[in-house]
Amino acid sequence: MMDGVPGMVGRRLMQLLPVMIVATFVVFSLVYLMPGDPAVMIAGDYATAERIAEIRHIYGFDRPMLVQYFAWVGSVLQGDLGHSLFSNEAVLRLILARLPHTILLVIYALLLGAVIGIPLGILAATRQGTALDKIITSVASLGVAVPNFWLGIILVTLFSLGYRWFPATGAVSVFEKPLEALYYATLPAIALSTGVVAVLARQVRSALLEVLGSQYIRTLRAKGLSSSSILWKHGLRNVAATMLTIAGLQVNRLFSSAVIIEAVFAIPGVGNLISYSALNKDFPVVQGVALVLVLVVILTNLLVDVLNATFDPRVAAST
Amino acid sequence: MTDTNMTVMTESSAAPATRPALPPPTRFRFWAWLWSDKRALISLAYLSVLVLAAIFAPLLAPYPPNEQNLMDLLMPPSAEHWLGTDDLGRDTLSRLMYGSYNALYAAGLAVGIGVAIGVPLGVFIGFVGGWIDELGSRIIDGVLAFPPLVLAVAVTGALGIGLTNAMIAVGFAFAPVLARTMRAQTLVVKNALYVEAATGFGASRLHLILRHILPNAIQPVIVEITLMLAVALLAEAGLSFLSLGVQPPESSWGGMLARAYHYVEVAPAQMYAPGFAILFTALAFNTLGESIRVLLDPTIKRR
Repeated sequence: MMDGVPGMVGRRLMQLLPVMIVATFVVFSLVYLMPGDPAVMIAGDYATAERIAEIRHIYGFDRPMLVQYFAWVGSVLQGDLGHSLFSNEAVLRLILARLPHTILLVIYALLLGAVIGIPLGILAATRQGTALDKIITSVASLGVAVPNFWLGIILVTLFSLGYRWFPATGAVSVFEKPLEALYYATLPAIALSTGVVAVLARQVRSALLEVLGSQYIRTLRAKGLSSSSILWKHGLRNVAATMLTIAGLQVNRLFSSAVIIEAVFAIPGVGNLISYSALNKDFPVVQGVALVLVLVVILTNLLVDVLNATFDPRVAAST
Repeated sequence: MTDTNMTVMTESSAAPATRPALPPPTRFRFWAWLWSDKRALISLAYLSVLVLAAIFAPLLAPYPPNEQNLMDLLMPPSAEHWLGTDDLGRDTLSRLMYGSYNALYAAGLAVGIGVAIGVPLGVFIGFVGGWIDELGSRIIDGVLAFPPLVLAVAVTGALGIGLTNAMIAVGFAFAPVLARTMRAQTLVVKNALYVEAATGFGASRLHLILRHILPNAIQPVIVEITLMLAVALLAEAGLSFLSLGVQPPESSWGGMLARAYHYVEVAPAQMYAPGFAILFTALAFNTLGESIRVLLDPTIKRR
C-alpha cells in the first residue's frame, strides 16, 4: 500500500468510484421520471412520428435500461453528451462555452466568503459574549436566510441603476478580458457569497472556541504565551482543516444558488443554461449540465481532501 | 441558500456518538419552554400569523389576488393598496397573502417527501446493516454529491414544470440528507442496552424499530426538518423566480420578485415586500430549528 498523499489520492479515487456510478445513474435515469413515453415528451408538442422514432432511437428507449445506461456511460466517456434538441449543437460544447462564467462566479464568491467570513468568525470567537460577537452571529443568521437572488436584485437597484458603479447584467469572458470579467462578476459574487460568509463565520467561531477552550491551550496560557501568539500559532492552525472542509462543502451550494443568480444578472453560465433548457424541455442539455456539475463537485471534494492531507500528514494516513 | 442543509449535515455527523438514549423526562411543558425562549416565541408567533394569513387569505385579503386594475399599474403603497400594485394593477398585499399559502404548502410538501423517503430508508439500512447498508450509503453519497438546486431543476424539467413537481424534486434532494442522519442515529440506538434487552425479551424487529429505535433516533431529525423548511421555502422562491415553480397567474413570492425585477426601474418599491416575506419566514424556521436543537440537547449551547 502506498503511503502519503499519492496513496491517499488513489484510495480516495477508489472510494469516489461508487459515488460517480450512482451520480451518473441518477442523471441517466432522469429520463425515466418523465410522465408517459419519454420519447414523446422529449420530442415536444408538434413532433412528427418520424421525429419520435428518431428520438427513441437516439436515447435507445427500445433497449433494456441497464444496456442503455452502459451505452450512455460509454458515449459520455468519449465526450459525447448528445445534442441539443433545439439548436442541434453538441451538448458538451454548449456546456464548455458557459462553464467558465459559472466557475469564475463560484470561485469569486468562495474567496469573498472566506475573506469576509473567516475574520468575522475569529473576531466573534476572540470576543465571545460581547456586543460584537452578538452582532456577528445575528448577521450570520441573516446571511443563511436571505434569498440570494433578492439580494442580487437589491444590489443591481442600488449599485447599477442607482450609482451606476457596476454593470447591471451580462458577463465578459475571463480568458479575453480577465479584469473586466472580474468587474462584471463582482455584484453577482457578492450576492452569492452571503451563505458562505455566514457559514464560515459561524463554524470558524465555534471551532476556534472549542480549540481555545481545550486543555493544551490552557497549558500554553499557563506557560505565559501571549494571547495573540496562541491564537495565530495554535488556534488557527487547528481550525484550518475545518475551514477548508467547510469551504469545500460550500461549493455544492454555490453551484445551486448560481442557477438563480445567473438568471438575475443574465450571466450566460451553465446555471442559466440548465434552467432555460428545463423550461424548454431540452432534455439532453439538462442532463449534460447536471452531469458536468456533479463531476465538478466530486472533484472539488477530492481536491479539498488532497489539500487537507498535504497540510496535515495525519489526514493522509487516516483516509 | 441551501446552507442550513450543509450545517445540519456537518453537525449531525458529529452529534450521534454523544447522545445516550435517555428515558423521557417529566412531562414537557411547552408554554413554559416557549416563554423562556423568546426567539422561539417570536418565530412561532410569526409563523402562526403566516399560517392564519395563508388559510384565511380569501377572507382577509383586501382584493382578489388576480383582479387586474389597469388604471392603477405599479402604484406605490397607498391607503387603498397598502403595499402598492404590480404591473397588472393587482394588489400586492393580497398576492402576498395568497403567496404565503403556496410558500407553506411548498415547504411542507418538499420536506414531507424528504421525510417519507429519507427516514424509512435511513432506519432500514442502519438497522439491517451489512451489504444493504453499504449499498444504501453509497446511493446516499451519490445523490448528495449533486448541488441540490441543480438536481431539483433537472428533476423538475423531467417531471414537468409546476409547483408540486418542483417540490417533489426538492424533496428528492432532501431525502439523502435525512437518510444519512437517520442511519447514523439508528446505528447508535441499535446497540444501546435497552434495545438489546428488548431483543432478549423476544421483541420482533418491527416492534424494535417502531417502539424503540424510531422514537429515540428521531430527535436530531426533528431539528433537521425544521431547518429544511427554510431551505425548501428558499428553493420554492428560487424555482418560482425561474418560472419552474408556481405558474402564473397564481401568486408566489418568488414569482412576484421576478415581475418586480422586470419593472424595478419604474417601481422599485415592489421588490421589498416579497423579499422580506421570504427572509422573515426562512429566518423564523431557522431560529425555531436552533431553539429545538438546544431544547433537545442541553449540552449544545446556543450559537
